[in-house]
Amino acid sequence: MGLSVPPGRSSVTVDPPAQEGWVTTRLEFLVNWARANSLWPMPFGTACCAIEFMATAASRFDLARFGMERMSFSPRQADVLICAGRVPFKLAPVLRRIYQQMPQPKWVISMGACASTGGMFDNYAVVQGIDTIIPVDVYVPGCPPRPESLMHGIMMLQKKVMAERSLGKQEYEEIVVDPTSKLYIPPSRIDELAEPFGNSVHQTRSAP
Amino acid sequence: MSVVLPGAALGPDAPLPVTPRAIPHRGGAPNPSAATLAARFPQAVVRHEVIWGDTVVWIRAESAREVVRWLRDDAGERYDYLVDITAVEHRDALRPLEMVWQLRSLPYRRFLRLKAELDPAGPLVVPSLVPCYGSADWLEREVFDMFGIRFEGHPDLRRILMWEGYAEGHPLRKDFPLRGRLSRAEQLSRALAANPEARYSMEELTVADAFHELPEEMKRRLLAERRAGEA
Amino acid sequence: MATTRRTVEVALSTPTLGPNGELQRAPLAVGPKGEILAPDLPLGQEPDLGGEHMLINIGPQHPATHGVLRLVLELDGETVVRCIPHVGYLHCGFEKIGEYRQYNQIIPWTDREDYLNSMGNNVAFALGAERLFGVEITPRCTVLRVIAMELSRIISHLVWLGTTAIDIGAFTPFLWTFQERETVYNLWESWVGARLTTSATRVGGMAADLPDGWTDGLRAFLRSLPKTLDEADRMLTRNGIWVGRTIGLGAMNPAEALDAGLSGPLLRASGVAYDVRKDVPYLDYETYDFDVAVGTKGDVYDRYLVRMEEMRQSVRILEQALARLPDGPVNVDDPRLILPAKHKATTEMESMIHHFKLVMEGPRPPVGEVYVPVESPKGEKGYYMVSDGTSKPVRWRIRPPAFVNLSAIPRMVEGHLLSDVIAINASIDIVMGEIDR
Repeated sequence: MGLSVPPGRSSVTVDPPAQEGWVTTRLEFLVNWARANSLWPMPFGTACCAIEFMATAASRFDLARFGMERMSFSPRQADVLICAGRVPFKLAPVLRRIYQQMPQPKWVISMGACASTGGMFDNYAVVQGIDTIIPVDVYVPGCPPRPESLMHGIMMLQKKVMAERSLGKQEYEEIVVDPTSKLYIPPSRIDELAEPFGNSVHQTRSAP
Repeated sequence: MSVVLPGAALGPDAPLPVTPRAIPHRGGAPNPSAATLAARFPQAVVRHEVIWGDTVVWIRAESAREVVRWLRDDAGERYDYLVDITAVEHRDALRPLEMVWQLRSLPYRRFLRLKAELDPAGPLVVPSLVPCYGSADWLEREVFDMFGIRFEGHPDLRRILMWEGYAEGHPLRKDFPLRGRLSRAEQLSRALAANPEARYSMEELTVADAFHELPEEMKRRLLAERRAGEA
Repeated sequence: MATTRRTVEVALSTPTLGPNGELQRAPLAVGPKGEILAPDLPLGQEPDLGGEHMLINIGPQHPATHGVLRLVLELDGETVVRCIPHVGYLHCGFEKIGEYRQYNQIIPWTDREDYLNSMGNNVAFALGAERLFGVEITPRCTVLRVIAMELSRIISHLVWLGTTAIDIGAFTPFLWTFQERETVYNLWESWVGARLTTSATRVGGMAADLPDGWTDGLRAFLRSLPKTLDEADRMLTRNGIWVGRTIGLGAMNPAEALDAGLSGPLLRASGVAYDVRKDVPYLDYETYDFDVAVGTKGDVYDRYLVRMEEMRQSVRILEQALARLPDGPVNVDDPRLILPAKHKATTEMESMIHHFKLVMEGPRPPVGEVYVPVESPKGEKGYYMVSDGTSKPVRWRIRPPAFVNLSAIPRMVEGHLLSDVIAINASIDIVMGEIDR
């Protein structure tokens, strides 16, 4: 497949030009075009954004023209997980389990402010952004986003799908971590350092 | 089949209710139940007031169930509808925690709010109203979850809104910070560690006859959780 | 540990007409001469499959649970022996946050808890806050709020109709009802600027007055909505599949319904005519001419009929409200509550000070507490607010009708089939945002 791990190096590089030919490029285009225009969404709808998602799927805004009218509530048959609504901590393992149950290729749209960053719910109960749990491809802001916004997000996802290359993923470089290096920071320490305002108990924001 | 009409006990000549106007802050006509309640349970009723048109009666916490049962069953009171059960903790730490029960009498078209004061430093235990009203079940579970007040006589007192192993405390208490007691990273890793499929309650597992098939340490943990109640 | 077994008698479903011509379920086991077999057989003669009861889990991610509800069902074949609901998967700390926000700042939160009835929640909160402040609103505001509440009731019932139809298998009414909702969304967007999360009221008035021509738009909607309701009626009310799937399910008699604390269409379908608009009136509802739909058996079919009729009664109220909409100011003329006009706030000192205090600190009510119930599409809704004299409430309690209604679901589904659970759940009209808050 063109992936090689040279000895002594801690990263894997891929050599894209060695793999692309005319047939594979056309085939890739065909596959991506088919995928982008028939993304089967799995609406993980929790709150108000789910209602706007339903309105987007209804007759005025009509997701069927994107090939997305076949909602798949089973993750096993879905391509896109649209997380529409706020995700509390109690629901977090469920969301992660649902994402794990989706087969590849899969994408995630985080619809609304609450799914993207926790929204107006900066408190003990809500996950501050589902990208802390699952990888997200497109964030759609709004509270709730208008159907046009959601469609714009879906079109961005379609562009992303069209840009996928099955051979030679230049943008992904796997870095194998060396635990013995002096620069190594364990993941739990990274989590602590990444807290933007320190421990939540500190309550350092001006307006709680 | 006949229709149950509210206001049936008031007689056919009673005037229909109207939108209240110019409600005084304090004072105003009290609900007649307050006086009859004070006469019937002189040792349980502490005081009563009318605040913005609603009659509020303070009672002693331990007599809640018999007071409410009398209010529900007495032919002159007939509070057949439980509106709400909740609790209030004031910002001033010296003030007691208040347990609030809101009752409505459909036949007499009356509304009554009962309150009981609890010492926040003492044991927060209150009699359960589940024997009187079926709707008290979940309402009391929520008060337990949010405030930590235990309801003695409740058939299944466990957390309802937070998950069963939630260890940060009782969220609506005033000493509970808005964003919780742990860092966001720790909250997230604890939440993700909860296996969603394993969250069957003891009741459900015994029903499924699967309890004896569980691994030993899980059986012991579930039994221990049940005995200890919530952390 | 031994399993406790309960075999429950089930009335199997094919709709027929009873002796009085009323629709009822008929048992499938009918003998060669048309005699009914099944109820006569003692339970022990049911074929014993020799199996144990099955425990299945519905949710929390499932299309038919109207949100993140988890139902654990103990099944004896297809019959539900026990149902254990789990809620809390959408608990977002509304009541805790309410203690850290000024009264006007809480209004966006009221949009999001029962998000199908956002204007209704805004009005309910404003009514409670105004009683806490001791403020009387203007006549124009009163009528505008009636319009807001009834429109909100209509669109909430439209969602209920569309999603219930989908759950039971009819896809098309969903598209019709959402198309009607789009008309109302346009009306709301032109009034307050948002489709769904409106934040339309403020303490002492409304966020904005109606734009020109808004009432014409509402009149056009009131002409088109009854036609859509008639279409849905024609498709569903006498439809054999619909009736067969909804008759006799989840019936609650009046005593059970009151004990379970049900309110709204569920209680009225069971035969108790309690409507907060009639019995604890607000916003001059006693001056409007409308009827309260009351059912007889309290089953899913009755609840459907009650909600359909409620939509038509809301149309009646809206027509009366439009006819009596007075001119005048929308907001109370109280500078301690209402933000001053912009041109005054930037030129007059006093207005600037009022503006500053209202924005930075917020209006402060006297010490006290209120509970003002309103009739939301789900039932008796009210906000219990306790004030200690500061600009943020000490306690903001949402009395959640859907929470109490849902707590009765174990009683409603026991003895029914698995597919009936979906229909009964849909008939309760739950909104998890309100249940879990």
